[in-house]
Amino acid sequence: MRCVLVGQPNSGKSTLFNQVAGYKAHTGNFSGTSVTYTESKVRVTGEVMDLVDLPGTYTLAGSNPAERETLKYLGSHHVDVIVNVIDASHLAQGLELTLEILDLGYPTVVALNMMDEAARYGMRIDGLKLQELIGAPVLPLIASKGRGIRNLFVTAQRFGEKQIIPPRPMYEPTIERAIQDIVQGLDGRRHTLNPQALAIKLIEADADNLDDNLKKMEIDSPDLLERIGRLQSEIRDLRGQDPIWVLSAERHVMAANLVRQVVELGNRQISWRDRLDNFLLHPFWGYLLLVTILLLFFEVIYGVGSALECPLLTVFNSLESTLIGLIGSETFIAGIVSGILQGVAGGVAIVLPYLVPFLLGLGFLEDIGYLPRVAFMMDALMHRIGLHGKAVVPFILGYGCNVPAVMSTRMLEDRRDRFLAATLATLVPCAARLAVVFGLVAFYLGPRIALGIYLFNLLTIAITGRLISAMLPEETPGLILEMPVYRMPTFRTMIQKAWFRAKEFVVEAWPILIVGSVVLAVLNYLDFADYLNILVRPFTWLLGLPGKTGVPLIFGILRKELSLIMLRQALGVADFSAALTHAQMISFTVFVVFYIPCLATLAVLRRELGYRAMLVISGLTVIIATIAALVARGFAWFFL
Amino acid sequence: MLLVEAEDDKEYKVIGFKGGKGILHKLLQLGFVPGDQVKVLRRAPLGGPVLVEVNGRMIAIGRGVAEKIHVEE
Repeated sequence: MRCVLVGQPNSGKSTLFNQVAGYKAHTGNFSGTSVTYTESKVRVTGEVMDLVDLPGTYTLAGSNPAERETLKYLGSHHVDVIVNVIDASHLAQGLELTLEILDLGYPTVVALNMMDEAARYGMRIDGLKLQELIGAPVLPLIASKGRGIRNLFVTAQRFGEKQIIPPRPMYEPTIERAIQDIVQGLDGRRHTLNPQALAIKLIEADADNLDDNLKKMEIDSPDLLERIGRLQSEIRDLRGQDPIWVLSAERHVMAANLVRQVVELGNRQISWRDRLDNFLLHPFWGYLLLVTILLLFFEVIYGVGSALECPLLTVFNSLESTLIGLIGSETFIAGIVSGILQGVAGGVAIVLPYLVPFLLGLGFLEDIGYLPRVAFMMDALMHRIGLHGKAVVPFILGYGCNVPAVMSTRMLEDRRDRFLAATLATLVPCAARLAVVFGLVAFYLGPRIALGIYLFNLLTIAITGRLISAMLPEETPGLILEMPVYRMPTFRTMIQKAWFRAKEFVVEAWPILIVGSVVLAVLNYLDFADYLNILVRPFTWLLGLPGKTGVPLIFGILRKELSLIMLRQALGVADFSAALTHAQMISFTVFVVFYIPCLATLAVLRRELGYRAMLVISGLTVIIATIAALVARGFAWFFL
Repeated sequence: MLLVEAEDDKEYKVIGFKGGKGILHKLLQLGFVPGDQVKVLRRAPLGGPVLVEVNGRMIAIGRGVAEKIHVEE
């Protein structure tokens, strides 16, 4: 028995899934997109069932990949029953999706979630009447508190077993005639959807690539294509809109009618949730609170991360020296062993201590509903660099670690926006680069110059954003974002979310980090340092740096703070001021802040945007780093 | 009139949208349909987005998008 959860974003679908599936869940991945669904075997009713959590979607006929996944999933998997989760406090919008689901002709059970929140809004919903009107079972649910779950799945199981299919909604006569006409035209051709459901989806299909879509469904027939085209233009002539909008407008009206019949509105209780926005979105206090919250956020992450990093690094360092002592240094094996250890340590001691608290904190801000508020407040500023409000999240994340920053770009709708946001996010100095800025510039030249580097970085990001967006053909589509009500997240969903995200780093990026460490350790053993220095010499020469800084810069690609650690070895001094002038320190640091993202980030870039984008971004960062470091060099020469 | 020109805390009726398919689609998905009542709740400073309420749902709409939505009193 396979049961699929379908619902709109913020309807509590995933909360329901987590309540039932716990930590047994594993993620799957659709090819070509980064949209994931989660599947797990669960036992709620005594029998084992496959439960699938599809990404939240407002409509099935969506334009973006995330929205098409539901249809794609249904087209490629056998599904016994659909559980449609609705946020009861936004019943009308939820029912629009329900009507679309009922079109598909699957056994369907409707779960009215967040009944408690609806009650706070003063809504009294007559579930039995709704059940009568739509012909599918309607059950109350408070997923966050675990109420109504068993009942829901017992019903779903029964309807799935008996394959009880509710009637589909009836549209206006013109549409119904068109549906019948296409069903005839299909002439018994088979597809995973039943003929009527398929006919509706074909009427809604985009006229421009209908041909391709039919071919993909293997129901390629010139007669059918002609027929659909004719019916679509008939509807367009009659109603003055594309069929997809005609149908969605009809569902909109039907849903509103249903709500009118089943909801009784009482008095709304005003709570802290309603008042919170008066502060958090205030034109003055809102920004002050934003800065405070973000500072606090970083303070905590930095505190936890650095508290873990030092002891962990000590453990690895002593482990390394013990092992090397056993094997004997200067041997090939010792090189490989220390390479592996460096890679493992990079993950355990340097990335994860920051990444995990970061992901937990992010999940908290996200689930409570604060991130959309940040997007709202920062939209105007983000437009200046060619993006919109939602793209502020990768920037915030970037200061901790570029890895989650790049991952978070996937919530942007447009590939253009994702590319631009990822490029700019890799320029944000992460915690590891902070170590270089502090260890070199702040230590030898004072904190003011270090702050200056941060401001210079912001300026460079802004200029880069403007330049790149001027070169990209399209404009950002602009912000359209639902502002959810504030909700207290459950501990369980927060942990789970952080775990899923951390796992991506562990599985995707970490192995590359380890392999890279070994390769560099081998190069080091083979005494390639001189060759490496020559390779980077054009850059070091241009920036007025000693040739020996080449190796630290190359190692910096592996892990950014290595460029500082290796610098000591490469220059052979304990005190940097003995080998480098102040101007050299500044241009070295600025170059480190901007050039090629670290290996872990590169791996995530490849995963999110593909190889080509990864190479383009790396190339761009080298150009930006060189220009920025030259500017800094000129500045230092002039003022210091 | 355009949604950006609407007064705060006053009900308006959505008449229609101009602009690309993408925007239209996104708005319709969020249940923002011609004929619906819309109310501007607040605005972000410096040409930032407007926060509107449609069918009991709060939606942030960027300035550029709000200039493409026609409303009437």
